Amino acid sequence: MSVPSLLPAALALGLAPLLVGVITRTKAVIAGRVGQPLLQPYRDLRKLMRKGAVYSRTTTWVFRAGPVVGLAATVLASALVPYGGSFALVSFPGDLFVFAYLLALTRFFTVIAALDTGSSFEGMGASREVTFSALAEPALLLGLAAVARTTGSLSLSPILSKVTVEVWAQAAPALALVAAAFLVVFLVENGRIPVDDPATHLELTMIHEVMILDHGGPDLAFILYAAAVKLWLLGTLLIGVVLPVHSDNRWLDSAAATVAMLALGVLTGLIESSMARLRLVRVPNLLVGAGVLSVLALLLVLR
Amino acid sequence: MLLFLLALGLLVGGALGALVAQRSARWATALGVGGAVTGCVAGLIPASRILLGEPSQSLRMTWQVPYGAFFVQIDALSAFFLLPMFGLSALAAVYGAEYMVAHRGERSPAASWFFFDLLVASMAMVVVARNAVLFLVAWEMMALASFFLVTYEDDEESVRQAGWTYLVATHLGTAWLLVLFILLGRGTGSLDFDRFGAASGGGLLFILAVVGFGTKAGFMPFHVWLPEAHPAAPSHVSAVMSGVMIKTGIYGLLRTLTFLGPLPWWAGWLLVAVGVTSGVFGVLLALAQSDLKRLLAYSSVENIGIIALGLGLGLVGMHVGSPALAVLGFGGGLLHVVNHAVFKGLLFLGAGAVLHSARTRTIEELGGLLGRMPWTGIAFLTGAVAVAGLPPLNGFASEFLIYLGAFEGATSLGNAGAVPALVVIAGLAMIGGLAAACFTKAFGVAFLGEPRSEHAAHAREVGPAMRLPMQLLAAACVVIGVASPALVGALAPVLTEVTGLPSASVQAQVMQTAGSLGSVTGCALGLLALVVVVLSLRGRLLGGRPVGEVVTWDCGYLQPSPRMQYTASSFAQPLTDLFGLLLGTRQRLSRPEGFFPEAASLSTETPDICRERVYRPIFSGLGRGLFAFRWLQHGRVQLYILYIALTLLALLLWKLGEA
Repeated sequence: MSVPSLLPAALALGLAPLLVGVITRTKAVIAGRVGQPLLQPYRDLRKLMRKGAVYSRTTTWVFRAGPVVGLAATVLASALVPYGGSFALVSFPGDLFVFAYLLALTRFFTVIAALDTGSSFEGMGASREVTFSALAEPALLLGLAAVARTTGSLSLSPILSKVTVEVWAQAAPALALVAAAFLVVFLVENGRIPVDDPATHLELTMIHEVMILDHGGPDLAFILYAAAVKLWLLGTLLIGVVLPVHSDNRWLDSAAATVAMLALGVLTGLIESSMARLRLVRVPNLLVGAGVLSVLALLLVLR
Repeated sequence: MLLFLLALGLLVGGALGALVAQRSARWATALGVGGAVTGCVAGLIPASRILLGEPSQSLRMTWQVPYGAFFVQIDALSAFFLLPMFGLSALAAVYGAEYMVAHRGERSPAASWFFFDLLVASMAMVVVARNAVLFLVAWEMMALASFFLVTYEDDEESVRQAGWTYLVATHLGTAWLLVLFILLGRGTGSLDFDRFGAASGGGLLFILAVVGFGTKAGFMPFHVWLPEAHPAAPSHVSAVMSGVMIKTGIYGLLRTLTFLGPLPWWAGWLLVAVGVTSGVFGVLLALAQSDLKRLLAYSSVENIGIIALGLGLGLVGMHVGSPALAVLGFGGGLLHVVNHAVFKGLLFLGAGAVLHSARTRTIEELGGLLGRMPWTGIAFLTGAVAVAGLPPLNGFASEFLIYLGAFEGATSLGNAGAVPALVVIAGLAMIGGLAAACFTKAFGVAFLGEPRSEHAAHAREVGPAMRLPMQLLAAACVVIGVASPALVGALAPVLTEVTGLPSASVQAQVMQTAGSLGSVTGCALGLLALVVVVLSLRGRLLGGRPVGEVVTWDCGYLQPSPRMQYTASSFAQPLTDLFGLLLGTRQRLSRPEGFFPEAASLSTETPDICRERVYRPIFSGLGRGLFAFRWLQHGRVQLYILYIALTLLALLLWKLGEA
């Protein structure tokens, strides 16, 4: 276990809150405000970690287990995702399914923790979360299958590190379609506009935020941190597809990927500033659209 | 072999003992359960020995029946199916001993134990029989024993209906098998399995097997009996039927594959199509149910679909000549057979415990059970995570193998292999997401939140005889999840038998597969370790800080009531709405009216779409058509005997004319 092999996971765990900060800051700047400092998410986490907790009398140990399992699964997932051409800490055939299902495990426990409160708001959020993620999963896995077919590997690290300029030259339309599908999955799975608004304050309209209404203190810190890491990891997949340039220097590649990640943060901020949220009944259309893009990409690479 | 026969003897002895002792409920139960448990334990020994590498054993005795022979053999494939069969049945019997006390009402439990032991014995006989006549006799005994178990509470109209549906469905399925075996035996004039040659017309035989065995397994659209019969049966019987009895259909299909030789290209595609249909429809219908046991029954259809996806992928692999695909597909399917037996058995036992304590199966009337039934709750949660196919439990291991096989096919093969492989990936991804929705609903609404009815509020934990089997099965979910590489290693002889590939290449492929699964196990252990780390971090952070308790946040409303909770149907509504065209959910809505509305109600019901749109029209048409022949049936026995005599005479004349 050398230092470079720890790099992707370390960057994900270390820089994820910064990505959230970049998005928030971009939105503030576009709205004509100064906005909070880039490092504010770190401060929020530190503040929450220092607090006590308040639990609903209705809840059981499931409510307390939700954030713990969620954080553990997300941290493990960060060990499976490569970064800017550097292989992940762990890489084996089929690791992408473990990655996808670890995120699903996080979701499962977040959802049952939400149902544990017996609140109709949280039930509502949980119901929306399972609906949208059930539609996002095929889009993600089929998109990865399309990229895997162009690069001929079975594991995330080689799949994404083999996306080079030559591969793009050969299969540009397919890769572009996959990138578009991944962007939708990235926005949906992380609860961003046009699907969910992390800054909203009305319980009835929320998805992810409403599921965690009753969590506070360290539990909330775990949830927010895990959400940031998930944002980073799904962003990494997108960056891996659209950034085909690899040098021989691992550090240089990682720096380039980091610049790309921050650019992705700015792009997300731009999308959030320029679009309204979709009506909830329209969201499935968007997701099915993403799935169709992945299928089209597959048709192109199969031929 | 001797031990296996002893096991059969103990099972049949237990059955007869229960019948003899029917005047005393206690003796009947003791003999029935004792026979089942000792028989199953005795049967587990030879099965596990053969799986661990001992040569297969066989026994042949003559039998007076034409074309029949008492010819049994335990090979790796049989042993692989015997293992979950005996294991789950023994646990279900222990559970049933306590469960039946409350649920038999005025009836004697003797009949139920007689048929339970007979069901286990006939299931075991089905997977070891090597003669078609013997096989069909065992198959029929299995169907009848389970029919009488399903109709145990026959004072309820719905139970009788369910029983009839089951009886008709299973016999229609068996009819296809009769044709299958006759065609297979036609060439050599023998109905012994080892003399079935690779017959011509493999495609036709394959379709016969898929329909005949698929009816038992619950392939869509032949699944209609399953969601009727499983909820009607006592819960430990549902566990055995759903966990292992329907797997005899999968066994039959695999056994038939060993007779058939090379199959046409569409065979694999057909199974993949069947798998996707069963999987997606099964889980969607499960999601729409509000009866806990019915939900589990539909989820069995879904899991049979996943198994079919694995087998289909394996067949595609055989056709395109890719041992990797064949081993991963068949291996994943077979592993899922065991995994499904474990977690679905567990979930049905859990549902039975809920029914036992809360007196209802309707999810909408449950809630808050985790605090009242902590052991049942944690066992049910384990089963729910496993059935949703999530790491680190066993459900993920088998789905991972199928995914990996499909991925291998999708990346490396030509279109003939890649297209079905991609369908498998899309189907599994869809099923995975929907299954998570379905089981967060089942567990979340039934066990969490506040109780929605008086019954649920007064639920108590069940006794140790019901608790222990659930705990053992939950432990098995974890152990199989972590030890899956070793289990796949033991699959090598089974896979050699099914695929007919050279043993060495299967062995090499299995080793490679076990390697990938080893990494998955590593991840699973890493996950458990990380959970411990995060847990201790949380403990350290919260130590010495104020931890308070309040009501759930409800926007400042001061009178929270359990009725304000989200219900199961509202939880599932976005998905059932989205797939409304496929589900045909019926809605009855009375809207609130006027300025001071008093009552409003909404009820939804999702009937089985195949039953409503396919079978009901066919059967009512048949009924009308056959009404013309009612005059033949008048209840006079002597005339019935005349019919028989006339038929025999006609056959005799025909035979003489031929000679």
